[in-house]
Amino acid sequence: MAQVTFRIFRFDPEKDKESRYQDYELELEPGITLLNSLNRIKSEQDSSLTYRMSCGSAICGSCAMRVNGHALLACKTQASGLVKDGVIQVDPLGNMEVLKDLVVDLEPFWKSLKQVDPWLQPDVSDNPENERLQTPEQFQRIDDATTCILCGACYSDCNVLGVDQEFLGPASLAKANRFIFDSRDAKTRDRIEFISEMNGVWDCTHCGECSTRCPTEAKPLARIMEVREAAMQAGVHNNNGARHALGFRETVGRSGRLNENYLPPRSVGFLNIPALIGLAPVGLRMFMRGKNPPIIHHSIDKADEVRKIFSKFEDYRHHPTRSSRPDDGASD
Amino acid sequence: MSLKYALFTGCVAKGAGRELMTATELVCRKLGIELVEMTDAACCGAGVISEDNEMVADIINARTFALAEERGLDIMNICITCQGVHRKCQVKLSSNPDYMSRVNAALKEQTGREYKGTVKIRHFGKILLEDYGLDKLRQAVTKPLSNINAGAFYGCYALRPHEYSDLENPDDPDEMERIIEALGAKPVKYPERLKCCGFPILMMNKRNSMALSGNAIKSAKDAGSDCVITQCPLCHLNMDAYQPEIDPDLNMPIVHIQQLIGLALGMSHDDLKMNTHIVRPTGAVASI
Repeated sequence: MAQVTFRIFRFDPEKDKESRYQDYELELEPGITLLNSLNRIKSEQDSSLTYRMSCGSAICGSCAMRVNGHALLACKTQASGLVKDGVIQVDPLGNMEVLKDLVVDLEPFWKSLKQVDPWLQPDVSDNPENERLQTPEQFQRIDDATTCILCGACYSDCNVLGVDQEFLGPASLAKANRFIFDSRDAKTRDRIEFISEMNGVWDCTHCGECSTRCPTEAKPLARIMEVREAAMQAGVHNNNGARHALGFRETVGRSGRLNENYLPPRSVGFLNIPALIGLAPVGLRMFMRGKNPPIIHHSIDKADEVRKIFSKFEDYRHHPTRSSRPDDGASD
Repeated sequence: MSLKYALFTGCVAKGAGRELMTATELVCRKLGIELVEMTDAACCGAGVISEDNEMVADIINARTFALAEERGLDIMNICITCQGVHRKCQVKLSSNPDYMSRVNAALKEQTGREYKGTVKIRHFGKILLEDYGLDKLRQAVTKPLSNINAGAFYGCYALRPHEYSDLENPDDPDEMERIIEALGAKPVKYPERLKCCGFPILMMNKRNSMALSGNAIKSAKDAGSDCVITQCPLCHLNMDAYQPEIDPDLNMPIVHIQQLIGLALGMSHDDLKMNTHIVRPTGAVASI
């Protein structure tokens, strides 16, 4: 059995002015999870070590924490794979305040989730007497999104939340997806319009952290991309994100190549004078260095092939389901 | 064995980042790597066309792969976003034969082409490591960059989601650092090196976009880096062209990895068009 140092973040607001790391030595039994390692440290070495846990079976979502800088579920991860130079560094989740040791204040996470009305809102005008049934195919459409266990791993590592807590965040956007694509929900349009606003679905950089850290099949980035596609199809285009996507379709669809001079004004809106003025400084800086994109936009060779593909745009819309598209995230 | 690749330039290397194209061509010529520019390949879609219509984006990229296969060459990308988007499309198609046959049917109907699934798609850096070799690169260096502390910035599409990454350990990679070391420079690993530069939301939320770039540059500076090395021209654009708006005091040169290699091979700033950058080379980088 290998001897490993667990370097664990410690902070007790009643005693400590600053956080610190404390080292614990543990012999790793083969196959032991990170959570059981922490349980052993707590029961055998230091009962004051504080962390959340409950089911130990990757269902309750309580034991998410950061290891070597990345969020994961402690009960679902074997400790042996986490050792780096004899050490496993354990930190609390990011993007939230630490209450004690590995326990964070999840309130911002719950608050963002509530904003997307995470409950089914069917049309009740027909006063149904029976429950609303779904076909297996209808359920399959939302199957992945429903697997979210609200562990907060995606919220912890989301790059945008790291600079702006007003962003709705990956878990909330994946939850919005779960109701937007639910065959029984009647608020689809309202939901799409809400998340198309500032701090919503278009503010995600698709950095991929959320899907990489997600311990289930919920894979928020894939859900975000699906919702963007739904917003484009629903014609909810009055925002910079949708106009940006339209700009891509227009220039690549015509010439096979992105027109970098066209895209910025197209995204902010050709009549949005303040925003256009806002683009001027960088445009000028680039122009002065000769770094501006060519004034005359050139097509790729054989651009007619690309135009033909784009001409069937609506025919090639395909509605991904779990069975027809691989998941957009790390697999287990 | 001579090395020859189908070069997918991406849009930026033909537009706002033409210095990347110049540096790539010069460095490859010097190293004896032959490039055949795919002048008929379309924009990868940058993950944006797929926001609008995922299948169209996949058909367009399958066409690019087919074009490389017709030439009998593997693809070299010089933009990590193109690389990540291509790899994702390729993995999606190869793991789902039913979807691949639908994409191919559409491709054939519109263009007569077919993607067979044989082409290898890699970024310049990966090709350098796997096919060219660091020992050979070390031997080619004529001007070791011993005074340079260089902080690599990987770019999201090189790293995540993991199944589309070709790095050995995408949570703690060292591929760029190994190249930097082979050039005689000192690699600097800084906390934000694997974060997002913010470019994709520049038009949606400029404040957040610039905050992300600013954090990365500051992190590199605090760790003692003289420059930030990029392998994605979009990261480069955000960190370089917007740096005066992020914080004019940062004054951090942002350098394409091909340019850094070019310097070590004895090329000048002018050759590599480094003076077209918004942040001109300063400090140790200027002294090469």
